[in-house]
Amino acid sequence: MESLSNRKKVVSDKPMTFVERLYLPAIIRGMMVTLKHMLKRRKTIKYPEEQRVFAPVYRGMHVLKRDEEGRENCTACGLCAVACPAEAITMIAEERKKGEEHLYREEKYAETYEINMLRCIFCGLCEEACPKEAIFLTDRIVPTEYERGEFIYGKDMLVEKVDQRIDITKRQGTGKRGKI
Amino acid sequence: MDYALIIEKFVLVVILFLISLGIAAYSTYFERKLAAWIQDRVGPDRAGPFGILQPIADGVKMFLKEDFTPKNSDKWLFIIGPGIAMFTALITSAIIPWGPDITLFGRTISLQVTDFNVGVLYMFGVVSIGVYGIMIGGWASNNKYSLFGAIRASSQMISYELAMGISLITIVMMSGSLSLTDIVHKQHGMDWNIWYQPLAFLVFFICSLAETNRAPFDLPECESELIGGYHTEYSSMKLGLFLFSEYVAMFISSALMAILFFGGYNFPGMDAFSGNLLALLCVVVFFAKIFFFIFVIMWIRWTIPRFRFDQLMHLGWKTLIPIAIINMLITGVVIAFNEGWF
Repeated sequence: MESLSNRKKVVSDKPMTFVERLYLPAIIRGMMVTLKHMLKRRKTIKYPEEQRVFAPVYRGMHVLKRDEEGRENCTACGLCAVACPAEAITMIAEERKKGEEHLYREEKYAETYEINMLRCIFCGLCEEACPKEAIFLTDRIVPTEYERGEFIYGKDMLVEKVDQRIDITKRQGTGKRGKI
Repeated sequence: MDYALIIEKFVLVVILFLISLGIAAYSTYFERKLAAWIQDRVGPDRAGPFGILQPIADGVKMFLKEDFTPKNSDKWLFIIGPGIAMFTALITSAIIPWGPDITLFGRTISLQVTDFNVGVLYMFGVVSIGVYGIMIGGWASNNKYSLFGAIRASSQMISYELAMGISLITIVMMSGSLSLTDIVHKQHGMDWNIWYQPLAFLVFFICSLAETNRAPFDLPECESELIGGYHTEYSSMKLGLFLFSEYVAMFISSALMAILFFGGYNFPGMDAFSGNLLALLCVVVFFAKIFFFIFVIMWIRWTIPRFRFDQLMHLGWKTLIPIAIINMLITGVVIAFNEGWF
C-alpha cells in the first residue's frame, strides 16, 4: 500500500556495501544538505523591531468599555465570571450613589473587577456572555512581569481611559454576536 | 647582539598572539552564526551590527563570573590545567611561515618567528603536551565526569596521533625536510602536496579533527553523557581558557593543513609579483586558506553526529592507521623508483 506521504522507505538490515562503509559519500551528501540550509532565507521575525500582523479577530488583553458619554458599561452582573472556564474573573458589585450618574451607566457597577491573566485562556467567552457590551478582547498583548501578583489586573488596567478609547469594532463583528 | 632582531621578533610574537586570540574569539562568534544558519536561525545579532561585538560581550561575561574551585580539587593542578592547554595552543604558531620575507626599513624580515629545522617534530611535541592540559584539568577537578572526559581525551589523542604522524611522514619524505619553510617552498605556485597525497590529507584532516576535539570526535566534552566532560567543574576565565584553546588549536591546525597540503602561502600566478606586494598577497592567500578550513571544520561539526567511543577507536586503529601505513609504503616505493634505486 502506498503511504500517505509518498516518502515510505523500506528498511532492511542487510550488511552495508563497501561504498556505504566508506561513509564519505553519505557525509558529503549530508554536508550538501546543511549547505543548502545555510544559504536559505531566514524566516525569523525579529520581534521588538518587527511585528507580525495580527488576525483581525485576535484575542488578547481585555478592555472594559465605556459608552459614548464616558460612562462604564459594566453593571457587575457576574455573567462573565460564570462563563469563564478558567475562573479568572472576580468582581465586587456596588450600588450607584446619587451624583455618580456620569460615571456608571447602570444603577449597579463593579467596585472591583479583577482578571487573573495567568489563569485566563483568552477564549473570549466573557465577551460572548456580556449582555452590556462591556468587556471585549483586544489585539493588545499582556506584557511579561517578574511577580505573579502583577498579573492580576484591576480596573485601573482594564477600564479604557476616557481620552484613550480602544477600538473594538473588529471584534464586534465576529463570533455569535454577528454583524451589528 | 642584534637588538633590531629582538625587537622584530618581539613585535611578530605580539602580533601573532593578538591574531591567534582575535581569530579564536571571532571563531566562537562565527561558529554560533554558522550553527544558526545551518539550523535556519539568525544567531547572535544583538551586540553591535550583526552581533559583531558578541565575542567582547562573551569575554567580559567570562571575566565577571564567579571563579569557583571545588573543595576536593587539587588546587595547583586545577589552575595549571587550562594554562597548559592555552600555552600549547599558542606556541605552535611560532614555527608557522606566514609569508615570504618582507623588506622594511632596509631590513629583510622573515614572517616566521623561528625557522626550526625540525619544525614538524616540534609541532608534534607541542600537540602531545596539549593533552596534558585536558588530562590534568580533568584529574584535578576530582569529579567522575571530568575524569571520564580526560581519559577519553587522552586515549583519543594517543590513538589519532599515530595515524597523523604516519600520514605526515609521506609529506616529509616528499619534501626531504622537517622544516615547514622548506615544505612550503617545495609547493611553489600550484604544485601543492594535495595533488600527490590526497589520501594522506584525508587521514591528516580526520586526525586533526580528533586532535582538536572537534565534532564528530568531541567525546571528551560530550554534553549528553558527561555534562561538560573535562571542564565540568571549571568556571569563569579558566573555562574560557579551555574553550579558547580549542579554538586557537583549530586555527593552528587549519594553518598546518594549509601549509602541509595546500601550499601554505603559495598561489598560482605568484611569480608575477615581487617584494612586499608579493608578501602581502601571500599572507592574504594563506589566511584565506586558513579561514576556508576553519569553515569546513565548523560545517562538519554542525552536520555529522558524534561517534560512539568504540567506533572512534575502530576508525583510529583499524582504518586510519592501516591506510596511512599503506600510503606511506606506496609513497616510499614511488620515491625510490624515481630516485633510480631499482
